[in-house]
This record gives sequence, C-alpha cells and structure tokens, in this order.
Amino acid sequence: MGKIENQKAWFFVLPVLFLVAFNALIPLMTVVNYSVQETFGDNTFFWAGLMWFEEVLLSERFHASLMRQMIFTFSILAIEIPLGVAIALTMPRKGPWVPVCLVLMALPLLIPWNVVGAMWNIFALPDIGLLGRTLNAIGFDYNFTRQPGDAWFTMILMDVWHWTSLVVLLAYAGLVSIPDAYYQAAKIDGAKPFAIFRYIQLPKMKRVLTIAVLLRFMDSFMIYTEPFVLTGGGPGNSTTLLSIDLVKIALGQFDLGPAAAMSLIYFLIILAMSWVFYTVMMRNEAK
Amino acid sequence: MSLELINVSKRVGVDQHIYPTDLKLDPGCINILLGTTLSGKTTLMQMMAGLDPLTTGSLRFNGQDVTKTAVQKRNVSMVYQQFINYPSFSVFENIASPLRVARVAENEIKRRVGEMAELMKLSAMLDRRPSELSGGQQQRTAMARALVKDADLVLLDEPLANLDFKLREELRDELPRLFADRNCVVVYATTEPVEALLFGGKTATLNEGRVTQFGDTGSIYRAPTDLISAKVFSEPPMNEAAVTKAGETMTLDDGTSWTASGTAASLGDGQYTLGLRPHHVVPAQTGRQPVKVKGVVQVAELSGSESMIHFMLATHSWVSQSHGIHPVEVGEMEEFYADVAEAFYFDASGQRITG
Repeated sequence: MGKIENQKAWFFVLPVLFLVAFNALIPLMTVVNYSVQETFGDNTFFWAGLMWFEEVLLSERFHASLMRQMIFTFSILAIEIPLGVAIALTMPRKGPWVPVCLVLMALPLLIPWNVVGAMWNIFALPDIGLLGRTLNAIGFDYNFTRQPGDAWFTMILMDVWHWTSLVVLLAYAGLVSIPDAYYQAAKIDGAKPFAIFRYIQLPKMKRVLTIAVLLRFMDSFMIYTEPFVLTGGGPGNSTTLLSIDLVKIALGQFDLGPAAAMSLIYFLIILAMSWVFYTVMMRNEAK
Repeated sequence: MSLELINVSKRVGVDQHIYPTDLKLDPGCINILLGTTLSGKTTLMQMMAGLDPLTTGSLRFNGQDVTKTAVQKRNVSMVYQQFINYPSFSVFENIASPLRVARVAENEIKRRVGEMAELMKLSAMLDRRPSELSGGQQQRTAMARALVKDADLVLLDEPLANLDFKLREELRDELPRLFADRNCVVVYATTEPVEALLFGGKTATLNEGRVTQFGDTGSIYRAPTDLISAKVFSEPPMNEAAVTKAGETMTLDDGTSWTASGTAASLGDGQYTLGLRPHHVVPAQTGRQPVKVKGVVQVAELSGSESMIHFMLATHSWVSQSHGIHPVEVGEMEEFYADVAEAFYFDASGQRITG
C-alpha cells in the first residue's frame, strides 16, 4: 500500500508557525540583522560582516563579565543542588506537616524578582538593614555597596535564598515518587542509610535533578533583575554579570551592533552548555 | 522449617487492618494468600517479614520466637508487585546485591548469580540496567535477587499483577518449578483465584483483615466453610440467591422451584442462601439436576471459546459461564440451566451447611 499524501495537514501547522514567527523568529532575526551591520544614526545601515562578533569575543570587558557569570552560576549550582537535595531528604513524606513544609518552601518562589532584589538590598544595608547591622555589630566589617567580596556574598546568599526552594520541590517530587517497596527491599537486604541514598534515592531522583540543574543553570546564567536591583553591577564592575553588561551596552551606550552580537554569543553559550549538561547527566539513561 | 503466626493482629489508629490470626505455614508447597485488594494480604506479609510491627501476637520460625528480630537478621526475601531493582546497578549486580551484603566470596557470587541467571533466563542480559529490560525481565531479576540468597522465607506480593498476559502465563508455569526443591517457606499473595488453583499448595482466603479459611487449595475450592470464603475463591463471582425450603420443595426468591435432593434434602425447613458457581449455570441443558431459571441479559461477553453472560435473576445479578459460543440478545429474557446439585447452602450467619 502506498502512503496516502495529505497536503491539507500543512494548514494545521500554519497557526503555530505564525505564532512562533512573531514571538521568536522575527525578533531574533532583527538581532541577527543588527549584529552584522553598522549604523551612524539616521536609520542608515552598512554591512559590517563579523566585525562585531570579533570585537565582542576579543574584548576584555566581555571576558570579565563572562568569567563573573561563570563563577556566579557555578557557585550557586554547587550550593543550591546539594542543599536542595539535603532539605528534600529531611522533609516529611507523609502526615500533616507535608503541606506546611511545601508552602513554606514555595514562598520565596512566589516573590517577584525585583521585590527580592529590593528586599535584600534593604536587608543587607550596613546602617539600617537587619543583616548588615547585625554583621557589623558582631564585628564583621560588612558593606556590600563598597566591598566586592561582600557584594558577591550577598548576591549569592540572595540567590540561594530565592531559588534553593525550586531544587527542594523538584527533589522532593522525585523522592515521594519512590514506592515504599524500594525502602523495604533495601531494609530486607540490610542496606545502610547512605547506601539507600546512593543506590536508590539518588538514581531515582536523577531525572528531576537533571531538570533542576538545567533550570537553575539557565535561569542563573540569564539572571538580571535581582543583582541589578541589589548592587546595580557594583561596586565598580565587580558584580556586573553578562546580562547587566549587555543592557549597559545596548541601552546605556546604545551600541546596537556589539550588543546584538553579544546577545547571540550569549544565547549560543547557554544553548551549548545546556546541551553539555543534559548529555553528561543523561549519558547512562536507556534510550 | 515452618512459620507460625500466633494470635497476630494489626491495628492502626481505630482501623483494624488484620484481626487476630493463627496460621502455620510449611515449606514444600506454595502458601497462597487469596483476597481482594485491601483485604490485608500485604499487611499480613509485611508482618511475616518483620517490616511491620505486630499489634498483638507473636511469630515463630522453626519454633523460635522471631517477633522482635530485625528484618535483616531473619533471612527473608520479598518480591513486590512493582518491579523493585536497584536502578543504577546492572542485572548482575542486582542479583548479587544480597550476597555482597552477606560478604560472600567473589567467585562464589559469580557462580551463584550465573546459576540463578540461567534459571531465570537472564544470562544474556547480565550487563544491562533494569531500565533497559522488559517488565517480565525486570520482575525475573527481582525474583532472582530474592531467590539467590537461599532465604528461609520467601514472600511474593502479587508478583505477576503488573505483567502482561503472555508473561504472566509464562512465569506462572515457572514459579512452582522454582520452589519445588527449595527448603523454604513460600508465601504468595494474589487476587486471582485462578492463580491459586494453578499453584495448588495451600490457600488462605482473606476478607477484610480476616483469614476466613486455610487449607489445601483444592479442598477449599470444593468445600468452602462459609459464604465469604466461597465468594473470595470464585472468579467470576459466585451467584447468590435466597432459597426457601418447605417440605421437599426448594423455592428461589424469584419463584423458581424444584425438588430437593442430595445436600438440600437433608436441610431443615427454612430460609437459606444458595451459592452456585457461574460454570454451573449454563445456557444449554447439561448437568445432573438442571433447574430452569430465567433472567434478562445485561452483558454478554463471547470470547473465543467461552461465553460469559450476565443476567438479572429477580434482583440478583447472576453470571453464566459456559464453553462454546452461545449468542444471546442483550435486554431479552433468556433461559439458563442451573445445576443445583452443585449448589452450596449457607445459613443466616453465612456458615455452609454440609449434608
């Protein structure tokens, strides 16, 4: 029997194509358009080839922001993933406390990003903030608006506070989906608590943890609002992450070409690294 | 070797999960716990294993009290309805895991795992992970793990329930063979009377936390002591109706009547519950003492070689199970022949009255 050709099916794809074109492809193409052109105003553009890409890739400023971004992202991953799993392990799996714990955990996730930034900004102010004053009162010379180290400490603490809950909720979902029979089987075998964690809970959480790592990686790599509200990229450029730098170039200096090139490079880095994370974490999974 | 349950019960809050139970389970045959979902099979098994503490009573293994012994020290193994394997281990490591915990020597592990894999037809997939196996292979791995350590007590909690029909048939055939020459007490929980009949051995019927009857599978099927045991051990469900005896005449509550003989003849006058297995109610006349009953057909399931016809006998929903294809009109009044010589009679308290 020959395959029945039905060209009408294409009509059903059209609405989606239309939607994707308007909300993704066309805006992206304008960025691509800017990234290969030069303008001197007046809405006249000249072909610039890969000039902007070369400029961005070779600029020390980009290297520095990228490095800061990497340090930030990997620090929060290194803290949030283990911490999230640890908290999920201590949460009750049945009983009246389950909803209480879940709501408490979800609270930080419900707060708008700029509010989180503003909250932590005030919380950490050395003269009036609870955290800042307390730290100074017990003898630390803490001032996140002046000292880069303190700014970093506050920024990471804020992110951990805001987003560890997401990892907790995902890990918890993975944990409660493990049937009791696994724990019983392990008990019959005489497995120790660490063996249960290592050989049952961790492998069973693998899929959700992969999602957690990917989400946290992508979100933290693109983070803008919270650190911008908290430190504005300062003191100096010490907390200027990639997105903050990008906005400075695009909207502050109005360098459309370099900003467009940087956007595309930024996007490709996230895409490539997400792919690497996913492939590495899923390499042993069945097809 | 034997496992004895003495006055064992389980209560959680105000719910009585298991009523006081006495059972003595011996090796050499499969002991079947037969009952519907939530009848207490799993709870009873977990108490036998030591995974769930007893509310009252004690457990004796070989005459020794093991009530307070931790599960790790009891040498039990258990197979679950879900396929439970270590997800990150290969099949080999999964089967070997109880031996590793017991610190068995490496070459001994290799030998025993190899043997077990051979027996379970897993030799070709020892290097794979559980997620790369089919359901049947995963469950065979779990069974191999349960059997490899020579446990004194092997508990199988509906191990075939999640498998597809073909694999279930296959493993059903293999199971009795696997336990044939093992000196261990085997307990097998199932919801399906057919499985109990296939395995033979001994059966305990469970209903709402009570063991209603325990004994040789065949004799329990043929001679249930009460209505509940008979209902638990009947698939499709047993047909029931109220019957009144007056003199020599038996009258069903729909008006059908016949002359009492056999067991029925020895009953005193009065009201009873009649129980008749579906294969004794057939659309064509056979049997020793056929009585014609009439009912409106509700559902007719005609499979390749069998007809299953549900009909309403007055207010009772009855099932007729017969060989061959017997086409009937759904919604029409049809006639069936009930072989009342095979009927059970139960008194008002549900006890069966034997002749």
